[in-house]
Amino acid sequence: MRSRNWLSGIVLGAGMVFAASAASAVTIGFSQVGDEGDWRPAFSKDMQDEAKKEGIDLKFADAQGKEENQLKAVRAFIAQRVDAIIIAPVVVTGWDQVLKEAKAANIPVFLADRDVDVADKSLYVTRISADFNLEGRLAGAWLAAASKGRCNIVELQGTTGSAPAIERKKGFESVIALFPDMKIVKSQSGDFTTDGGKKVMEAFIKATDGLKGICASFAHNDNMQLGAIQAMKEAGLHPGKDVLMVSVDYVPAMVTELKAGDANASVELRSAIGKYIYPVVLEYLKGKKDWPKWVKIPSDVHTAADVK
Amino acid sequence: MSREHTNSVGLTAYPRAVLVRLAEKRAVWPLLALALILVVDGFISPEFFSIRIVEGHLFGSLVDVVYRSMPTAVVALGMAVVIGTKGIDLSVGAVIAICGAMITWRLHMGDPPLIVLGAALAAALLCGLWNGLLVALLDIQPIVATLILMVSGRGIAQMINLLYGGTDPSFSSDFFAAISTGHLAMLPSRLFVGAGIFALLWLLMRRTAFGLFVEAVGGNAAAADLAGIDAKMIKLAAYLVSGLCAGLAGVVITADTHTSDPVSAGLYIELDAILAVVIGGGSLAGGRVYLGLTLLGALIIQSLTTSILMSGVPPEYNLVVKALVVLIVLLLQSHKFRARIRRSARPAGKHLP
Repeated sequence: MRSRNWLSGIVLGAGMVFAASAASAVTIGFSQVGDEGDWRPAFSKDMQDEAKKEGIDLKFADAQGKEENQLKAVRAFIAQRVDAIIIAPVVVTGWDQVLKEAKAANIPVFLADRDVDVADKSLYVTRISADFNLEGRLAGAWLAAASKGRCNIVELQGTTGSAPAIERKKGFESVIALFPDMKIVKSQSGDFTTDGGKKVMEAFIKATDGLKGICASFAHNDNMQLGAIQAMKEAGLHPGKDVLMVSVDYVPAMVTELKAGDANASVELRSAIGKYIYPVVLEYLKGKKDWPKWVKIPSDVHTAADVK
Repeated sequence: MSREHTNSVGLTAYPRAVLVRLAEKRAVWPLLALALILVVDGFISPEFFSIRIVEGHLFGSLVDVVYRSMPTAVVALGMAVVIGTKGIDLSVGAVIAICGAMITWRLHMGDPPLIVLGAALAAALLCGLWNGLLVALLDIQPIVATLILMVSGRGIAQMINLLYGGTDPSFSSDFFAAISTGHLAMLPSRLFVGAGIFALLWLLMRRTAFGLFVEAVGGNAAAADLAGIDAKMIKLAAYLVSGLCAGLAGVVITADTHTSDPVSAGLYIELDAILAVVIGGGSLAGGRVYLGLTLLGALIIQSLTTSILMSGVPPEYNLVVKALVVLIVLLLQSHKFRARIRRSARPAGKHLP
């Protein structure tokens, strides 16, 4: 009996020492959306790798695309008294309550990637993400230069109503509106998928008699553009030569197409964004409290010339 | 119902009688709907009916409609058999995703194409077997039984993709490209795959007792059992057929874009397949299998999709337009609706010479 008490005392003591050593590092809870597509798993992996580099004790929670899992994860982070919480929100609504709980516990919340819709903006410190609108503008600016401001464009939209689809479209349109001879002549949703992009481009090819008079294809993501490239090749057209191909994401498969000359430009949506997110969090914890409500991660246009 | 028809046939002139009799043919209304959609397409795009030869094969919107409808049509054929037994198979989209992952995984492992094809179809049959066992042996309601695989299948496909890393789920294979996007005698090769499946199923359903058994089990399983039909085996076989059909569609869809996309490959195809069966006059209450009309249903759905893509309707309206047209097609199909229209039109008709 006595020896067992001794033993539990040792275990308890060891536990306290372990807890103390963990507490010396910064502990951050990160609630991720899930692992859909190619981009998000790469984003998750980068967050974990960068955390190791920065010496951060990262508690990673995958919400598997469900807001209720995400709310549970955030409440668990609050209970564990982490130093800061990063949320990549599944949806924009329904955040007021849990963010108030975090504030009451004095734990700062940072948003990564998507936005939230809360009445009281002081419930989170800042949102750190790429600017979809800027990506659209960059694609439009590249195309305006490449086509000398004269271009009939077919557009492959992302999933109808999704934030990247809306903002990339708006950004792109705001730039081509500056050029009287640039206009979108066909626009349809390819649901961000290769299959969708291929089907839509097939229909465009038929509707425009082999893309006659079309100078460019703008796709809201690379996957749809990859499908469009296949559809054009199967119809005996030469993507990248007959028609300028510009899209957003810069996924590995698009790099291959840029090298082969089947695509002309892709705006990068960075997945390695831990190096933009953690410094904001760490500086805030050290005392820099005045951040704009949106810290934008810069975008970059890659062309065939870059990848050679 | 029938008395009303004999009356109108007896009382009116010969051409009217022909029309009425024609109206009772099951194929007429779906055919009429298809014709209407195509006529509208002709107005939307004057190029719609032009068929040219590009790179040694036929090329045009009409070819696209047939070509693009093939995966849905094949899935719908399998669905028609399952629905014939008073069942339903919601898992077909997930089976397509699993097939895609199998193909990509085995190709990455360096297997020869025929082995890969065999592995993909074997996986699809295994899915069919799973559904069949749940429905036939454990007597779980089909909608619930197949929901299990519908929900979990895409996760299984993602796990298969992890077996080779899954960072680049694309592949290149001449064999699979030939099946899906290749051409044979100026026609898309996948049409021959589809025609082969249709012929096999038609023989199975109409030239063997299997078709009769399916309709008997679907019409009244207890009565069929008393008549000595092994209802369990018939149901199991139906889900195997549906699994295999979904597998073939999965092969074609995956080879089309030569990439495995577990999240969105064949997404909602179960709904299109069920719709094709229903447009084709199949009843969800079971007991009826119309393979030819199911094909027609798939063609109607695809021509609708293609015309929406061609039309320049803003994408926000795609689904609403589709739903409206489907509603009209189904109303045309409905005896009750047509009878009501006829009744309200009759007083006006009397004044005509």
